[in-house]
Amino acid sequence: MNATRYSMPGPDAELIDELLVEQIDEGSRVIDLGCGDGRLLDRLRSDRNCRVLGVELGEAEVTAVIGRGLPVIRADLDQGLGDVPDDSFDTAVLSQTLQQVHSPTTVLREMLRVAFRALVVVPNFGHWRVRLNVIQHGRAPVTDALPYEWYDTPNLHVCSMHDIRDLVKQLGMTVVREIPIIGGRPVENAWWANLRADSALYLLERASE
Amino acid sequence: MAIEVSATDPPDDGSVGIIETQTVQLFEPPASLTLAGGGTLDAVTVAFETYGTLSPERDNAIFICHALTGDAHAAGRRVGDPDSLGWWDDFVGPGKGLDTDRYFVICANVLGGCQGTTGPGDSSPEPDSPWGLEFPFITVDDIVSVHAALVKHLGVEKLLAVIGGSLGGMQVLEWAARFPDTIGSAIVLASGAKLTARGIAFNAIGRRAILVDPNFNDGNYYGTGEVPRFGLGLARMVAHLTYLSEASIEMKFGRRLQDGDRFAYDLARETEFQVESYLHYQGKRFVERFDANSYLYLTRAMDYFDLAATHGSLPEALGRTDARYLVVSYSTDWLFPTSQSREVVSAMVEAGRDTTFLEFESPYGHDAFLVELDQLAAVVAPFLEQTLESQRGAG
Repeated sequence: MNATRYSMPGPDAELIDELLVEQIDEGSRVIDLGCGDGRLLDRLRSDRNCRVLGVELGEAEVTAVIGRGLPVIRADLDQGLGDVPDDSFDTAVLSQTLQQVHSPTTVLREMLRVAFRALVVVPNFGHWRVRLNVIQHGRAPVTDALPYEWYDTPNLHVCSMHDIRDLVKQLGMTVVREIPIIGGRPVENAWWANLRADSALYLLERASE
Repeated sequence: MAIEVSATDPPDDGSVGIIETQTVQLFEPPASLTLAGGGTLDAVTVAFETYGTLSPERDNAIFICHALTGDAHAAGRRVGDPDSLGWWDDFVGPGKGLDTDRYFVICANVLGGCQGTTGPGDSSPEPDSPWGLEFPFITVDDIVSVHAALVKHLGVEKLLAVIGGSLGGMQVLEWAARFPDTIGSAIVLASGAKLTARGIAFNAIGRRAILVDPNFNDGNYYGTGEVPRFGLGLARMVAHLTYLSEASIEMKFGRRLQDGDRFAYDLARETEFQVESYLHYQGKRFVERFDANSYLYLTRAMDYFDLAATHGSLPEALGRTDARYLVVSYSTDWLFPTSQSREVVSAMVEAGRDTTFLEFESPYGHDAFLVELDQLAAVVAPFLEQTLESQRGAG
């Protein structure tokens, strides 16, 4: 399981990459946690001229990142980012990975230690299909967006958009932007987002002192 | 600089073939080599080998820094000696980790060594008198100064990569700090920015064994027909143990006995267990190829190496070059544990350098960088390829 744990390319991976790239400043320093084969980093380097670093656990994925000529550190996010000094990046990215780590709070704190801003994309288990699935069948949900059986899934944590907001608040971080992704499209300020969104992108910052 | 292949001995086994070690005199008068420890050397002989062909652009050269007891003979065989495969032959050759079909690879014996480059066993300016302990103190800085001078002599302004493991990795780090503009990438294997206290302690035991050997004679044993073989052998036995892991020793020997399955109840039999026999063999073989004085000088150079202390701080030392860094550690290496690599990686990231780091799972301890060569090649080959591509793109 470890080999693929941090790279779960969903059907809308390209859309999410696109959305992430839009949030990142030209020439900034970006660290991508759970970077998979380095697809997003490659775009950030070529389209945004960013100085990038990937963090990935899977050996095959790490080799793929090296094959793209990109820098990468092999590490387990649950062990923290001890190698990465404070404030060494402008933005830390964590795409479709927060629900897969043992300690989401540790990872979020680490992100805002090494970078001033964090971009986090999380699947929304509050989606109405998931809820309906649970009510109708009385079983752990399996949907297109969440196609795993409960006993064989990389998703260790089940959370909705409401849950993420609560956690972020509890950690003393600020949600600067929240973009629900509904039907494969980013819809900012969507009505009933927690019912309709498949996933959501959050731009987090350290709370101002 | 083409490789030398004899017609009778074609390279048919994926090796670079027959290789002759070359020598060159550097720092000849009026020049001289001023050493970091204060001494000077007027002229230094350097033994080196090259494999592959330097490109017309002179942009495909890779320098290998060998470890404590290595030599210039990294790959191929020596003339007339089919058993003389180079120490990194599985990693250096056509289609291998350092692909000699694509790269021009250089390896040189270190200053202070005993395999062709000037060291304590060579004649001092006094006629017919070897240096012995009169040889000036040398440091990793000095070793790198000589390597860099050799590279320049070979007509290479900028190396594609400098690579090395253990003491070789220390040379790579020092190179990045001292000659930042002469390298496109730096590959550091199973190494660190300084030796741990435990590493110094093991070196101390090795030196002690040599110094108390009755044949040591204050280092003046050349030409007597006797060398401090017990001391040097013992030093090697201790050091060899630090290169293995608990798992690799168990795998290789366990508690198996050398002959039969009963204890001999004889204390004079020193090779009863297989692991004992192996260590004695390692000690004995080492004495045949290594000089005790060189061992003293080089282990001390290793003890003294402290990149942060020499250059202010690690980010300061490692941030001077634009070179891409690749750092590799091994999970069971206790001589240079992964924490040592993490320390330099952290400094590289802090300095904003292009940094790649992996810890490989391996049971082979510190020796893994000499053994686990397929997994290393899988990472080093694309790293070099991308580095060359980006250099050519930028040029």
